[in-house]
Formats: sequence, structure tokens, C-alpha cells
Amino acid sequence: MIGYLTYFKTQIVTGLQYKVAAIAGLCTQFFWGFLFVMIYQAFYSYADNSTINFPDLVTYVWLNQAFFALIYIRMKDTEILDAIKTGTVAYELCRPYDLYNWWYIKLLAKKYAAVMLRFLPIIVVAFFLPVPYSLALPQSSLSFILFLTTLILGSFVLVAILMIIQTIAFFTYNEGGISQILFLIAELLAGSFLPLPLMPNIIQKIGYFLPFRLIGDLPFRVYSGNININDALTNIMFQSVWIILLIIIGKYIMKYALQKVAIQGG
Amino acid sequence: MSFIAVDNLTKTFRIQRRNSGLKNAIKTFFKRDCVEVKAVDHVSFEIEEGEIVAYIGPNGAGKSTTIKMLTGILRPDEGVCLIDGLNPFDDRKKYVSKIGVVFGQKSQLWWDIPVEDSFDLLRDIYKIKESDYLKIKEELVKMLNLNDILKTPVRQLSLGQRMRCEIAASLLHSPKILFLDEPTIGLDAVSKVEVRKFIKEINKQKKVTVILTSHDMSDIEALTNRVIVIGHGKKLYDGSLNSIKKKFTSHKKLEIIYKKIKKVPKIKDVDLIEKSDHRILLDVDMKNNTISNVVSIYSDACEIEDINVIDEGMDNVIIELYKEYQL
Repeated sequence: MIGYLTYFKTQIVTGLQYKVAAIAGLCTQFFWGFLFVMIYQAFYSYADNSTINFPDLVTYVWLNQAFFALIYIRMKDTEILDAIKTGTVAYELCRPYDLYNWWYIKLLAKKYAAVMLRFLPIIVVAFFLPVPYSLALPQSSLSFILFLTTLILGSFVLVAILMIIQTIAFFTYNEGGISQILFLIAELLAGSFLPLPLMPNIIQKIGYFLPFRLIGDLPFRVYSGNININDALTNIMFQSVWIILLIIIGKYIMKYALQKVAIQGG
Repeated sequence: MSFIAVDNLTKTFRIQRRNSGLKNAIKTFFKRDCVEVKAVDHVSFEIEEGEIVAYIGPNGAGKSTTIKMLTGILRPDEGVCLIDGLNPFDDRKKYVSKIGVVFGQKSQLWWDIPVEDSFDLLRDIYKIKESDYLKIKEELVKMLNLNDILKTPVRQLSLGQRMRCEIAASLLHSPKILFLDEPTIGLDAVSKVEVRKFIKEINKQKKVTVILTSHDMSDIEALTNRVIVIGHGKKLYDGSLNSIKKKFTSHKKLEIIYKKIKKVPKIKDVDLIEKSDHRILLDVDMKNNTISNVVSIYSDACEIEDINVIDEGMDNVIIELYKEYQL
């Protein structure tokens, strides 16, 4: 256990080195944030949407940009993929730890380090914007606590999904094509392009059935009260079930991969 | 029961192949051709505690595959290996605490962080007691001369420095067995000697069993007398280095530097390769001659200034050995 903890810390410290990347990320996030807010304003001035009102939507947009690094699905860890492709994974297998847990920790730490460098400036700036364009306060202190809980559980869901996608590299050695398809589906159903409440009914239905919207869509709507306390609690249950399920699937795939698959390289 | 007992170990890989060209590429959508290649074919051997054994063979002979099975990375298709009472693949987590591994072509240190942080991380991974850790670390730092590079991030180390750190990293948890897969690959002569010296010392002091593979015959000559030769996945030879050396070194080259020569003496089974003003190069067939015999005949014929016996060395022995087994 202590090994995993030290590794988590090491990875966070390593991740915090990438400050220029964070600044670049911040600029992008501000740009998209303003762009989305303006586009939605144009839409909302002609037709109202009953499932999510404009201020909630703006809050959604800013939270999405602030915690983008945490909920970003399209993430490949080149170190892990290289380890698989070149066979350096051999070393990891010579160590007394569980490879799945080890990589899970690594991905999680990377996400946390990235978000730690980015979220605060966006929150602060968005909070002080003039009113219809600003980030609102959470609906209540309870919804804020539930927001944090769902956000953290959401990151567990995401990393469990990412683990499955990375492990595919064991079987194909070029996971590019498959992961591209998976990423696209996941992003669409997670509400990364368009918040789920604005999607056509049928896609909403599929989206609510699958785990992807539990990553970002859920916590951001819990924050503004668009999803009420009771529904939030039910969704926390969903998150927990999905985390366990996805980890079991991921572990099974990895175990299968290590039994069947050759380790590359002389 | 031996410390390491390997019995009929076999590993088969399926390798996809297709002929070149677009037509054949399209064909693979429907049907894939696979060939089965036996990377390791019923290999058996035993190794006692505290031995140093060199595992040699040409590229693709199955060396690394064997090492991967011995270290618990690959599951054998057939056969068993039992090491210190454990089955490497099935008892992986327990087993790997007892072994140290260095793959010369790969790095086990974390690229972005200083060497010392890597060591600290390994301490926590292996759950090494702080007091033991400090003691062993100090020992290794001293023996491998790491003091100046401990604080440097791994990405900034030279290959020789990195390899010394890799070896130290593999020994922090006091393993009973050390696997070295081409530990001197790419190193310069000085670093090679240092690494060899250290391996010998650690084997002597701590009774660490060492299994190494290398293409560098001087590594093997310097470190061990027992070699296991493998080719096409099969074990070809297991025994002392000297006896295969004797078997396959039938000729030696003898260089004689002289002041004046009356007449070049004729000796049976000794061929003249080169002759210049003050130098003669001979090819001596060792079956019917000894070096001292040839030298004494020449010393009668001329005033010898210097002699030089050129041992063809292990490289030739291995080439001969491969020839004999038609590898």
C-alpha cells in the first residue's frame, strides 16, 4: 500500500512540473468557455430549453472548462503505451505490485496534477464575470459537497474506462484506431460536445444508461441544482456500481492479456 | 532439489505473416496465416545457489524468452521451472521480491525523477525496512561509485552511469537471484570492466546467484566458467567454458618480432601468414604443436625481440560452436 502511495505522490510531483502546458491549457479553456457561452446565448434568445435554464448552463460550461483536465476522456498515457509496445512492461512485471492498480494510480495522479494547475484561475475569473455570463455559487452547501463527491467518483469512473482502452494495446500494438472510435462515443455520451440535456431524446436515453455522463455531466449539474439532492444520491450509487464493474472488467482484461500475450522486445 | 530447477521448459509463439503486396494485404482481412515458432523447446537445467551462469546463443535463440519465463513475466506453455521452491508465473508477487532483474536494453528507473527518488520509490515498493535500506544503499553507492549522480534525473545520465544505477536499483531489496540480460550492451571498455567487477563482488560477498546473457564474450570469460548454450530454442551445451574453448580453439596465431633472421624454419602444421622486415605472423595448429615448441625453434633461427600469442578468443569459439550445430 505504501508503495502505491509514494508512487501517487511521485506522479503528482512530476505532473506539477508541466507548467507551460498548463498555461497553454488555461488559454484554450478560456477561449472555449467564452465561445460556448456566446453560442448558447444566441440559441437561448430564440428558444428556451425546459431541461436546463441559461444560468445553469453557463455554470455548467465554466465548471466543464475549469475541471476539463479531470474529465477529459481523450487521454492516452504514452508511457504506458510505450511500455506495452517496447516491452519495458517486463520490468513492471518483475515488481511485487499489481500492474492494474499501479497504472490506475498513475493515470489518476496525472489527472489530479493537471487539474490542480488549471482549475483555480478559471473558477476565479468566471466567478467575477458580469451576471448572465458568470459562474454561479452552488445551489446549497449540500449540493457543493455532493458536487465534490460526484466529481471525485467521476474521476474514478473515467480512469477505469481509460485503463480498459490502454490495455487494448496489449492485443493490437497499435491501439490508435480502436481507441479513436471509443473516445468519440464516450465523449459524445459524456456531454463533452453538448451537455446531455440539450441532446435529442434518444441519445439522452442511451447516455443515461451508460457510465460516461457520470464523469462530468453529473457533478456539474449537481452543483447548480439542475439535478436535485435525491437524484444525486441515486447517481452516487450508480457511480459506485460502475466503478466496481469497470475495474473488475479492466482487471480481467489485463490478466487475460498478460497470460496470452507476448512481451515485446529482445 | 536444486535451487533453480528448470524442466522441459517450452514456449511457442504464433507469428503472423503475409506476403508483400496489396492483394495479400487485403487477403488478411479474411484469413490470417500464422506460423508457430518454438522460441524455447524443452530446455532443462539446474543451477545451485551462489553460482554465476552465462546463458548464451545467437540473436533469436530463445535467451530472452527463457529469462522472461524464469522471471515470471511469461507463462511457459509446457514444462516447469521451480526456483527456490516457487513457480515464477503463478507465485509472481511473492517470487519477484526474491529476484533482481536488469534488462540492458530497457530502463527500470523513472525517467523524470532523480536517481535517489527512484531508489526511495523502490524502497516502498519492496517494503524494505528503513535501516536495511540505508545500509544497502550506502554499500551500493560506495561500490558502484554513485555519489555524484544520485541527485541527477535519470534522463540526464550517460549510458554507463545509468547502467550502474540500474544494477544498484535491482539489488536494493537484497535479492537472492540476479538476472542480467545483456548488462554491458553499449558500454565502453572502462564501464564494462567496472560492471563486471561489481557483479563478481556481489556474487562473492552476498552469495547472490547470477544468471546472465551477453553477446560480449569477454563478459562471460571474466565472470563465469559455466555456460549454457542455446540455439533455435534448444539447449546445445551445458558445462565449463574451458572445455568448449579447448574443443574449438584448434589454431592460434603467433607473432614474432625479431632483429635478424638467417632462414625461416619449416615446422610441420605451422603456416606462415605474413612476413615483413622484422615481423613474422604464424598460424599454429595446436593439435601437433605447442607454442613453446615453436618459439624454441625460432629462437635458434633468429634473435627474438618480442612474441605475441593471439588467442582467437571466445568469439571464434562461439562461431565454431554455432557452425557445428548449424545455427
